[in-house]
Amino acid sequence: MHHTDTPTKKLDARGLNCPLPILRSRKALGAMHKGDVLEVKSTDPGSIKDLDAFCRQTGNEMLQSTDDNGEFVFLLRKS
Amino acid sequence: MNASAEMMSGNARPEEFDRWFDTRFDERMAQMENEHVPSMTIIATKGSLDMAYPPFILASTAAALGWDVSIFFTFYGLSLLKKELELEISPLGNPAMPMKMPFGPQWLRNVDMNIPNLVMANIPGFEKMATGMMKKTMNEKGIASIEELRSLSIEAGVDLVACQMTVDLYNMAREDFIPEISDWIGAASFLPKAQKSDVSLFV
Repeated sequence: MHHTDTPTKKLDARGLNCPLPILRSRKALGAMHKGDVLEVKSTDPGSIKDLDAFCRQTGNEMLQSTDDNGEFVFLLRKS
Repeated sequence: MNASAEMMSGNARPEEFDRWFDTRFDERMAQMENEHVPSMTIIATKGSLDMAYPPFILASTAAALGWDVSIFFTFYGLSLLKKELELEISPLGNPAMPMKMPFGPQWLRNVDMNIPNLVMANIPGFEKMATGMMKKTMNEKGIASIEELRSLSIEAGVDLVACQMTVDLYNMAREDFIPEISDWIGAASFLPKAQKSDVSLFV
């Protein structure tokens, strides 16, 4: 099966605080297909470690985690 | 003949059998760990706005991680299950709570006002004011409301159970509570569930 890293869905979690970025990500992933990529944008500094832990626990793959001047962009692949 | 069948045939040497057993045991343990769904039980006993957060944040997050979660609401914790949430905070007798202005210039917002208990206890409506300030600050900082966290928890399948004894004690009416409560039970019904859970918290 061929996968691309192009997000099929985008989630804007900017301005939201713990645990909302995680809860919204989970909800967004729930409506996606295996292998699809979700892009999450957030401003909560805690979401860097939390989304990482979320991926490790749920088996979803963290493809990318970047910090663009206090705005964080994550790419998650649904497992 | 596979390894297990060879062991069963009785021709295996003891050290071979030990090696086979260790390998199989590790495989089975890893498989069990993989298949295990983590679980958490929380006992929520507080009914103030600030103390409403820990159980719902932990429950909704654990559910998002795929855990099996159950919250037992008892005593003042039951007010977290009311249809109409009227949660307040009290800075009185709560010395660790910062009292900061949610509006005005930044220097003023940074000041932690040290208000004596005597004053807090005697100004009518002080808790209403403190609650209003707290809600405003939370809203500005993108913190979810308790209503939102509660409905996200319900949506994620968190099991909400209520203490029957508390309802009887305070003559509460079941109609005042949200219909999503799965059961009205006592300690004896909740404890066996807590016994089997991986994480059990008292809030």
